[in-house]
Amino acid sequence: MTASETRVPLPSPGGRSQELAARRSGRVGMVHSWELVTAVDGPGTRMTLFLSGCPLRCQYCQNPDTWLLRDGVPTSADDIIRRIERYRGIFETTGGGVTISGGEPLLQAGFVETVFDACARRGIHTALDTSGYLGARASDALLDDTSLVLLDVKSGLPETYRSVTTRDLEPTIRFGDRLSERGSAIWVRFVLVPGLTDAPENVDAVAAIVARWRTVERVEILPFHQLGAHKWAERGIPYTLEGTRTPDQSLLQRVRDQFTSRGLPVR
Amino acid sequence: MTLTNSARADGTVQDHEPWSGFTGGRWRDEIDVRDFIQHNYRPYAGDDSFLASPTARTTALWQRLVAMFPEERARGVYDIDWATPSTITSHRPGYIDRENELIVGLQTDAPLKRAIMPFGGWRLVANELRTYGYPVSDELETVFTRYRKTHNDAVFDVYPAGVRRARHSHLITGLPDAYGRGRIIGDYRRVALYGVDALIAAKRDEGRELRARFSTDEVIRAREENAEQVRALQELKEMAEDYGFDISRPARTAKEAVQWLYFAYLGAIKEQNGAAMSIGRNSAFLDVYIERDLREGRLTEQQAQELIDDLVIKLRIVRFLRTPEYDSLFSGDPTWVTETLGGIGEDGRPLVTKTAFRYLQTLFNLGPAPEPNLTVLWSAALPAGFKRFCTRVSIETSAIQYESDELIRGACGDDAAIACCVSPMRVGKQMQFFGARVNIAKALLYAINGGRDEITGEVVIPDRRPLTGLIRFDDVWPAYLEVLDWLAGQYVEALNCIHYMHDKYAYERLEMALHDGDMLRTMACGIAGLSVAADSLAAIKYARVHPILGDDGLIVDYRVEGDFPTYGNDDDRADSIATDLVRRFMAMLRAYPAYRGAVHTQSVLTITSNVVYGKHTGNTPDGRRAGEPFAPGANPMNGRDRHGMLASALSVAKLPFAEAQDGISLTSTVIPSGLGRDLDEQVGNLTGLLDAFIGTGGYHLNVNVLNRETLLDAMANPEKYPQLTIRVSGYAVNFIRLTPEQQRDVLSRTFHDSV
Repeated sequence: MTASETRVPLPSPGGRSQELAARRSGRVGMVHSWELVTAVDGPGTRMTLFLSGCPLRCQYCQNPDTWLLRDGVPTSADDIIRRIERYRGIFETTGGGVTISGGEPLLQAGFVETVFDACARRGIHTALDTSGYLGARASDALLDDTSLVLLDVKSGLPETYRSVTTRDLEPTIRFGDRLSERGSAIWVRFVLVPGLTDAPENVDAVAAIVARWRTVERVEILPFHQLGAHKWAERGIPYTLEGTRTPDQSLLQRVRDQFTSRGLPVR
Repeated sequence: MTLTNSARADGTVQDHEPWSGFTGGRWRDEIDVRDFIQHNYRPYAGDDSFLASPTARTTALWQRLVAMFPEERARGVYDIDWATPSTITSHRPGYIDRENELIVGLQTDAPLKRAIMPFGGWRLVANELRTYGYPVSDELETVFTRYRKTHNDAVFDVYPAGVRRARHSHLITGLPDAYGRGRIIGDYRRVALYGVDALIAAKRDEGRELRARFSTDEVIRAREENAEQVRALQELKEMAEDYGFDISRPARTAKEAVQWLYFAYLGAIKEQNGAAMSIGRNSAFLDVYIERDLREGRLTEQQAQELIDDLVIKLRIVRFLRTPEYDSLFSGDPTWVTETLGGIGEDGRPLVTKTAFRYLQTLFNLGPAPEPNLTVLWSAALPAGFKRFCTRVSIETSAIQYESDELIRGACGDDAAIACCVSPMRVGKQMQFFGARVNIAKALLYAINGGRDEITGEVVIPDRRPLTGLIRFDDVWPAYLEVLDWLAGQYVEALNCIHYMHDKYAYERLEMALHDGDMLRTMACGIAGLSVAADSLAAIKYARVHPILGDDGLIVDYRVEGDFPTYGNDDDRADSIATDLVRRFMAMLRAYPAYRGAVHTQSVLTITSNVVYGKHTGNTPDGRRAGEPFAPGANPMNGRDRHGMLASALSVAKLPFAEAQDGISLTSTVIPSGLGRDLDEQVGNLTGLLDAFIGTGGYHLNVNVLNRETLLDAMANPEKYPQLTIRVSGYAVNFIRLTPEQQRDVLSRTFHDSV
């Protein structure tokens, strides 16, 4: 038995070209799933929308089932906005809002812009959960409608970043600089993976990068866990972190100290 | 009830002191505890910083009992008085530690020693005694089989054939036809406020009025009940006298108020082994006495806390004799000593007092425990300090449950309490005829199989035709409605028979003496298997469901092609099916007249019987395997809610309370880190979640804040977790007292890693 998600595929007449046009215009996005969550993905209770498609291939990725655009289902922004409307009271009560995550949401920047614009018009808090790798695709209009950026800084040394993600660190730094410049609030996230991202010099490099952004409100150190491992197995993708453990308290404390020693607010 | 002059004289003229400093008028002239509370209680808007820790005395008293629990757990009972049928006055006084108890009174002459209550049924008592290796008295056997008819015997004299079939096939289960119906809450506060003599006088006035009326069946029955009520009140006085207290007069101090109230409750649990023996809504009432004593220098905060701690110790050791089979239905030896806290008054003032905090504080002072079943009536308008304290208690103990104050106040006013898990009623002015529940998932299989049982093949509902070929919604739906209507009829008939006989042979004399003579009665029906039925119908409607035939043409399984929406994802396609089932079944029930003019109500609640219901239900079209447990209460099926705890809760919140006024139960388990990174953030987030869920029309939420690893470790090493408390549908249990099967069921339920 598979329970179908609540997402409404577009009517098929007109076919693929019409769908592509709708996606280009930002009226339709490839959506993997949504969830109402609390205490993660920003303040209060949030509707988190997971978009599909990601240019990174992080070794510790918890959601390899969102890597490909086709892992999602074409969904109209109007349907998403209707659901957001339904949860408006909950966002007000809990101090929450809407988070768009993925995958990499900026792969579908137009769709994010459409949804966030609708939120901004309604006074709903918005958070963009991104690696920053495609930060250049975020228009100023999109960032104007974004209340908070959850910026994943996956490593501080370019070579470590590449080995973790298969991509370059530089675009993330440029995006963070831009956010800082324009006064956009940032919560930095750093996933601590023993044996992969925990080298003192790597952590220190992350802290150094983050410390120069003036708009960082919070640094979250996320301990690595194996909860996503089964998804790699299900999809038959080779998984490199089989033997990796969750960081212990002393490692967590060391890393926390590395951030706080630069005056960063670690949670 | 109006107080006569002679009664009033006891309270106000001869003995002025008990009511000195209290204001207001109406409650002095007639029995009206709510009026007393409204005139005299003081809302508390602060935080928990005033609370006192346990004294050495409290801890020592509690530890005496804690030391006895392992033996009780190992043997099932600690001890039984097998020779003395329990009545209000049957046993000599019993103590835990006489010199060091502030509040006294036990059900028998020793703590944890259980009594026998044969008026409900002798066979059950004899089974219980044999199960635990105690003698069965020949003399009592003769009395209760030859000379005294029991409730159980009487019900089986009058059950119609259809009811017997529905009961035998597990379409209707858990009926209170062999055990006490419970779910009746005496207004135990009346004893403290007025003293027993005034209550007797008021009951005699009611009796005089009844004797002035023409003798119809109804009037004769009411007169006899009234006479029994007066007798029970006299016995209550005798019981208290044995302990050295004169409760004929009102309580004068906070300590007396707690003691009088507890004596009244103790009388009730000595007389009745009801499935749920809830205690009402007492914190604001007791707070009036405590505040007066604090003000007048008779009490310190430490002593006030000790009184509540002592009362709660007593409530934690309420015990009834029950069989292992009963425990497999309602696991963990529950007694549902439900105490209702919080809420908002009709005038907008919160009913939160310092004593509501003191009740919650017992979970820290004595450690977590399932009883008393502390229930908070939640509203966004509750004071912030109280809300934060409640959620902190939830996060640290998982021992409290929440219900919607607004829905309950709307239906039953602001002096309502919860009986059992989720059933609201006006204290002293309303009672229910408890009706267990019917299995509507199994009923769907009967609709498909033409009235035959999917497991045994027996014809339970005659003259029906099975469906054939691909199962179409348009075929199954009308057939299902016919089956449900048949079931509703059998069900109301069964309950009418049961409650007629319960009133006749196992009448709750004392509990009813603490009610107004003129009261509202409800017929509390219930359904189980809602999520299985809704998902099965969604499968039939949105996917293609092919029957798989077994021997002799019985449909025993289903092959499902395609996706379908499921209940629990805030998706109207599936949720509207669940909502529709609740509405329609309620309408069907209402069409069958209820005993004694009772108003029909319905609950969506299974307690822990979801395991047993599942065991007796074959494969279902939603893909659930035969024997697999149902989801508890109104919960979505395990693992099918895919959009987080709140989305799941919002589906449940769509079920209309107006059509399920006996309550709708939802249980959710979250891991601590899923609520936030530190306690402060967790408290804030859980408070917000409760505001959001209740604010969206949610009725009830059990919250467990636990790690799965903790439960696994507790299964392997129970001795390490003597007080690990978890909430199951509508009540809390000691996790280590669940059967292994039930422990596995709890573990298999959706753990929300994030909410």
